[in-house]
Amino acid sequence: MSAADLSLLQRPNDRLRRRRAMNRGMELLALLAAALAVFILGVVVWSVAQRGASALNLDLFTKAQQAFAGPNVKQGLANAFAGTLVIVGLATALALPVGILIAIYVNEFAPPRVKYFVGLTLDVLFGVPAIVIGFFVYGLLVVGHGQSAFAGAFALGVIMLPLVARSTIEVLALVPNSLREAALGVGAPRWRMTLGVVLPQTVGGIVTGTTLAVARIAGETAPLLVTCSLAGNGIAWNPSHALQTIPVAIFEATESPYASDHALAWAGALVLVLFILFASLTARWVATRNRRKLARSR
Amino acid sequence: MSTLDTTTDVARRPFSGRRVRLGDLLLQGTAGIAALGALVLVGLIAWKVIEGARLSISTFGISFVWHVVWNPVLGREAFGAGSFLFGTAVTSIGALLIATPIALGIALFLTELAPTWIRGPVTALVETLAAIPSVVIGFWGLLVLAPLLRDHVMPALHSTLGFIPLFGPPGPGPSIFTAIIVLTIMILPIISSISRELFLGVPHELKEGALALGTTRWEMVRGVVFPYARGGVAAAMILGFARAVGEAIAVAQVIGDSLGIHVNLFFPGDTIGSKVALNALGSQSGLEFSSLFYLALILLVFSIVVNLLAQVIVRRVARKQGVAAS
Repeated sequence: MSAADLSLLQRPNDRLRRRRAMNRGMELLALLAAALAVFILGVVVWSVAQRGASALNLDLFTKAQQAFAGPNVKQGLANAFAGTLVIVGLATALALPVGILIAIYVNEFAPPRVKYFVGLTLDVLFGVPAIVIGFFVYGLLVVGHGQSAFAGAFALGVIMLPLVARSTIEVLALVPNSLREAALGVGAPRWRMTLGVVLPQTVGGIVTGTTLAVARIAGETAPLLVTCSLAGNGIAWNPSHALQTIPVAIFEATESPYASDHALAWAGALVLVLFILFASLTARWVATRNRRKLARSR
Repeated sequence: MSTLDTTTDVARRPFSGRRVRLGDLLLQGTAGIAALGALVLVGLIAWKVIEGARLSISTFGISFVWHVVWNPVLGREAFGAGSFLFGTAVTSIGALLIATPIALGIALFLTELAPTWIRGPVTALVETLAAIPSVVIGFWGLLVLAPLLRDHVMPALHSTLGFIPLFGPPGPGPSIFTAIIVLTIMILPIISSISRELFLGVPHELKEGALALGTTRWEMVRGVVFPYARGGVAAAMILGFARAVGEAIAVAQVIGDSLGIHVNLFFPGDTIGSKVALNALGSQSGLEFSSLFYLALILLVFSIVVNLLAQVIVRRVARKQGVAAS
């Protein structure tokens, strides 16, 4: 190699400098994009916390909302918390067993073609907008019977079903086949292999998936608007009537001109967001830990 | 993978023993019924929504879809989806245009640039953004974001880019523009998390090969990562778009509920979803309520078509990459 060539290597030409500048610029943009997302999350959580903290007191959990209350009346969201607990509980009770059964069928019994088809159905179900599910349940359960927490829970259960089924399918697929073969090898029938050996392995994963699904539906508003939003005053637990919920209370506050209603809604939003952040971050943490443990045991 | 599959296939044959066991039959039966139930559920959704919309369909026919009218006054009722279809298209496309480059940037940062210890936490934070309920984002959008946009961002855009009719004089606050920003925030984590997984799947050999040829990191991304993940990113964009189209609550809170087609983004508008959410409890007649079902039907058809499309793309990409890898 001649001396001239070497000097060329030592002194980056304009083209190389331009390429490096381009590279640095793009890296900076990617960094900014990630920072922006984290910043937005921070701003949303911060503004909810800042505005909600002032109304975050014991009254929030012990007193109910009151219609047309002036600013001096002490209000809380106890009725909405009660309703959300009832509806989310019922929805989970509906969606969890069915979701697990679907996952068992897909993973343990279905031929590949059927498996593909059920997976596609779950994807379509997952993609149906929440508000459409609300109108569907209105047509199915509310027409002729009136709104109820049952109808609201059914709507949320429909949203939850593909989430639970998907996450259960994923953990079932992680169970090593040697376990299945060992169970069959000692003479266990398939149903005992599935329920007694395979399913217990996935309990952790199912709990994580369900927690994420609960965090998702706890804040759903759209399906409750037409199925469970015209609630009476006071704290109620009877699911055959419409019950107030946190998301619906926040949505109603959007249309209220009163600052006191807004303060209450901010506090409700704060509790909801804290619950969701806690649930989804813990579930995610547990899931990563489990996966790492499983990877090590293999 | 294929060697594993053969063993499972034998194990999975439903009646591999000589006699048919009652327990096996029961479990397979109940599980099968549950799976069938999911299919029935999708059919039931379509049936009930069509049934609810029947009155409106028979009154207005297919022209409902593009008519720009929503007049609930009794005796002179006339309804059409045109205005909302326009609002839905503008807000969703706008959100997609803003969100996609940012989401790709996030995905690149998380797969190529960030130090390893920061990747997990930042990924979790970005996905947490997707977990914040839409009603909370909407409430925040109306009370915090909308005034900020109205007082600072909109005037700035109007004075610099005002020659483009999109950026007209700012309105009262709730606007199509606010809805675009809110939707951007909501679909950002969806597109970025799918893209991140796609980028993680790009084979190391290809990336290292490009770097060994002397490309900069960006040139490697442009030449190797993007082409490899192109189909998947398209599917991610479609899913994000579908999410934006189907979002009702947050948009209803910030868009300002107004009829008509106007170019100015800083004006209030309505989307299909927001109209359905806002009028759900305030319908004045059976025909208006049925027309809301008609709007919901449009959303349902759209969501089914778009999800199947995304699935087809994902499957084609997976097959192509499977061929390339073997």
